[in-house]
Amino acid sequence: MEKIVIIGNGIAGVTAARHIRKLSDKEITIISAETDYFFSRTALMYVYMGHMKFEHTQPYENWFWKKNRINLIKGYVEKVNPKEQLLQLQNGQEIPYDQLILATGSKPNKFGWPGQDLKGVQGLVSKQDLDALEANAPNNKVCKRAVVVGGGLIGIELCEMLRSREIPVTFIVRESSFWNGVLPNGESQLINEHIKEHHIDLRLGMNLGEIHGDENGKVEAITIKETGEVIDCQMVGLTAGVTPNINFLKDSGIELGKGIKVNRFLETNFPNIFAIGDCAEQHEAIGNRRPIEAVWYTGRMMGETVAQTICGNKTKYNPGHWFNSAKFLDVEYQTYGWVFSERNKKEYEKHFHWRHPEEKVCITMAYHADTGKFLGLNTFGIRMRHEVFDRWLTEECSADYVLEHLKDANFDPEFYKAYENLIVAKYNTDTGSHIQTKKKSWKRILSLGA
Amino acid sequence: MNNTADRSMALTGEPPKALNLQQKLATLFGMTGMGILVLALMNINFENRALWLTLSLLAISGGIVWFSYAAYANTQPGIKNDGVMFKSISSRGFWGWIAGIALTGFYIVLYFYPQYLGLTKEGDNTGLIALFDPLSKLLSGNPASQWFVYGTLYTVAILAFGIKFLYKYRHNAYERLRTISVMFFQTAFAFLIPELMARLNGEGFSLPYYDLKNIWPLNYYNFERYRVNSFIDAGDIGLALLIFGILSIFVITPILTYKYGKRWYCSWVCGCGGLAETAGDSFRQLSDKSLFAWRVERWVVHSVVVFVTLMTTAVIYSYLGNDTSKYWLTKTTFLIGVATFLTAIFAWVMIYKREQLKKDATYGAIGYFVIIIALIGIHFFSGDGNVFLFKSEALRKTYSFLIGSIFSGVIGTGFYPIFGNRVWCRFGCPMAAILGFQQRLFSKFRITTNGGQCISCGNCSTYCEMGIDVRAYAQKGQNIVRSSCVGCGICSAVCPRGVLKLENGPAKGRINSQDVLLGNDVDLMQLVNENK
Ligand SMILES: Cc1cc2nc3c(=O)[nH]c(=O)nc-3n(C[C@H](O)[C@H](O)[C@H](O)COP(=O)(O)OP(=O)(O)OC[C@H]3O[C@@H](n4cnc5c(N)ncnc54)[C@H](O)[C@@H]3O)c2cc1C
Ligand code: SF4
Ligand code: SF4
Repeated sequence: MEKIVIIGNGIAGVTAARHIRKLSDKEITIISAETDYFFSRTALMYVYMGHMKFEHTQPYENWFWKKNRINLIKGYVEKVNPKEQLLQLQNGQEIPYDQLILATGSKPNKFGWPGQDLKGVQGLVSKQDLDALEANAPNNKVCKRAVVVGGGLIGIELCEMLRSREIPVTFIVRESSFWNGVLPNGESQLINEHIKEHHIDLRLGMNLGEIHGDENGKVEAITIKETGEVIDCQMVGLTAGVTPNINFLKDSGIELGKGIKVNRFLETNFPNIFAIGDCAEQHEAIGNRRPIEAVWYTGRMMGETVAQTICGNKTKYNPGHWFNSAKFLDVEYQTYGWVFSERNKKEYEKHFHWRHPEEKVCITMAYHADTGKFLGLNTFGIRMRHEVFDRWLTEECSADYVLEHLKDANFDPEFYKAYENLIVAKYNTDTGSHIQTKKKSWKRILSLGA
Repeated sequence: MNNTADRSMALTGEPPKALNLQQKLATLFGMTGMGILVLALMNINFENRALWLTLSLLAISGGIVWFSYAAYANTQPGIKNDGVMFKSISSRGFWGWIAGIALTGFYIVLYFYPQYLGLTKEGDNTGLIALFDPLSKLLSGNPASQWFVYGTLYTVAILAFGIKFLYKYRHNAYERLRTISVMFFQTAFAFLIPELMARLNGEGFSLPYYDLKNIWPLNYYNFERYRVNSFIDAGDIGLALLIFGILSIFVITPILTYKYGKRWYCSWVCGCGGLAETAGDSFRQLSDKSLFAWRVERWVVHSVVVFVTLMTTAVIYSYLGNDTSKYWLTKTTFLIGVATFLTAIFAWVMIYKREQLKKDATYGAIGYFVIIIALIGIHFFSGDGNVFLFKSEALRKTYSFLIGSIFSGVIGTGFYPIFGNRVWCRFGCPMAAILGFQQRLFSKFRITTNGGQCISCGNCSTYCEMGIDVRAYAQKGQNIVRSSCVGCGICSAVCPRGVLKLENGPAKGRINSQDVLLGNDVDLMQLVNENK
């Protein structure tokens, strides 16, 4: 029987395994060094905050793997030998394969900061990082202050985690406003304010200069590059992005860039070796996407796709409309289609922004300056219906149409305050239009009949 | 220098676990209220009972409300689950077990040894029950009973912990509204109205105690002989109540469940649900999510339905007559009626809803045949409503002991801190099972999953008090249409990615099933999802 071996038991590898099992009887083995069973990396924060136990982050019960005949091996792959189709584990064990899927994920970036390898300096990506955090910052007596470096999604999560134990946090962000390489100004500003509401010492436009250790090699302070200010701290979180986990492939002959180079079929330069998830790098970016997309959904979609190819139905990786979501402390964020920050905005991209006068609620809609075509929407503090936005993007609806039918897309819990009328009123004032919101229609939402 | 560091933060304790000073004081305050009750229990005689009772109840509620204020006042509106898994009370730690044992003990005394609470058959009450006499006399004119004491404490718990819940979920309109609703129904319908109704009773007129929102089979005793007799004896009002009791199970319930799902009852009206959602809120994460637990749940809860149906049928049968000239409803007509009704439901499900039931169909079939055979048994073997060898009275007593007392009280509530807050609702409540059956097959309610947005984090499953593995559906892009879902809305509230929405919508598109989720190639989605 054909042997499929998958390195990495994250969302990408596990989705691939599940779908291959659905489609075939092939022998499936997943090798991973991190944990015995698949867990949801996105939920690591909730374990430290005490919302969940680690077991709760495991989406499948432990019997699932055996029942579905998916072999699990805990071990670190040291070498891949594509010529002999052989893997070598750290413990010396050798594992042959017919087809190999690399789903090795990513690790935190380190930019060569002095002191970056001191004790108490860590990233937040793996289960081991979580354990380290529990040791480095168990409470505010051991860790009197923590410094988090890098203003992205993981950085703000780490701040929230530390604050849940009332550990004072200094948050060093290189950008002049939080995540404004991605978010338009209005939204970025809203999050700046919210970060401060949570008593986080936000330092915008600053860089980490140096990390200082004590005589035991443990971190005791950092210096801010711009001001030279020294901040005493017992923990430093490095959250300035992630980079693919590919060191062990250096001499394998597999073509590498920043990640593992793949074509649209997710094939590497060896036809029986594939790469999916965080570690895969497209030769050419697909649409507005980046060549490496370190997000959950991409891993899952690539897993769904590669399973088809492996089971005989060769399928291109052809993702649909972009979407994503996150939560900044108490504010939920969703995005559908493309809304770029001022920094990366296309020349034809126009924005409409509305923000609630008191609450932490706002939206930004991007549309085409000439045609009025709807391009994308960011929402903060309002949930939207994925299906409806996906359809509007496919049908290339106009911005006017989207606003007129915005009630169809609302996904907030029942009885929540509705903001559509306020939003549309602002749009009418801004653009001189005369749009009126339409009542929610199930017929349209579910495309039932005409 | 741009420095907003909050240097005044209190630097003590390990906050996800520890209580702050105010919370400690609030606990102490609430405990003094409990202390008064304990002293009364130990037969310390209070001179002015009305005053001491008022003080006690005020201190208990005040303590709880103060505690909540101290916990949430200085926080931003949002999810408040920090430290839940570290606190010993909410993670089956030491305090969890202590609370469980204390509650269980209380229930055992309440149900089986009320004399220790001060219930006196002849003469005046003593002890704890006597302390509640003034309030009882104020409301109904009668001295208190152990049930009055229980009802009062129950209502106080729902109100005080309800306020805590309102505070905790102050950002969530759905949670707030439904909590106000259970607080109202408990206070008005379960507590005040029946007590006031008792005032109407006097010479020649007597209504049975009736909590109008309690529906058969939750009030399994509603159609017992003495109650039916006293309804009938009470003339028009009594008859109206009896008819209301029948309509509520056969007409009102199906209509509301069709429109809104069983949540209209379980999370908006019901007293058991009310206590679970308020006082039990800290324990919802303790429910067992395993597939095994789900299997046990289906067997146990459906057995209870079969049991209660048979028991009620047998009890009614036992007091009906044989003579058609006296009353149209005779033993035989009644049995045939029950059998026809059940057969009609069974046939309808098998013909129209088979698809949706799949494996569960066997359970349904087994349950149905057990009942029918037992009905035939009743007909041939008894004059007295025997079900085979068991007398209907024995059945009733067993049911009332095993299900009515042990399961719903001792295990259902006593074990909150061990098995979670909805053990009774999930494993034992026949009402929930019947509503769930409707919800599954004949309702507009569903929890919609938001396309491909799920990140499998597991918050929803962890906090589902009914032990539903919500994530298992959400990560497949599948709507949640489960008979056991009580529509508490917490899964939707705790989801950090806005994936879940409880809603009532058209039947088409309610049940969906997807292998490839929204966001991937449209052709691939079509290929995989249609070739299943
Ligand atoms: C804290 C945090 C929060 C996040 N939140 C979000 C979010 O909200 N939304 C979102 O879209 N994305 C989020 N992400 C990103 C998302 O989690 C990742 O994109 C996704 O988990 C990647 O999945 P993967 O399967 O590609 O790799 P991974 O999940 O990283 O799995 C790779 C596995 O392979 C193992 N491995 C690597 N090399 C070897 C080897 N040589 N031998 C054996 N095993 C090996 C690794 O140990 C690891 O277990 C978050 C990430 C983090 C860290
Ligand atoms: S809480 Fe939301 S994101 Fe997390 S598993 Fe449940 S549905 Fe998915
Ligand atoms: S599925 Fe959600 S709404 Fe239903 S009972 Fe569970 S947590 Fe409550």
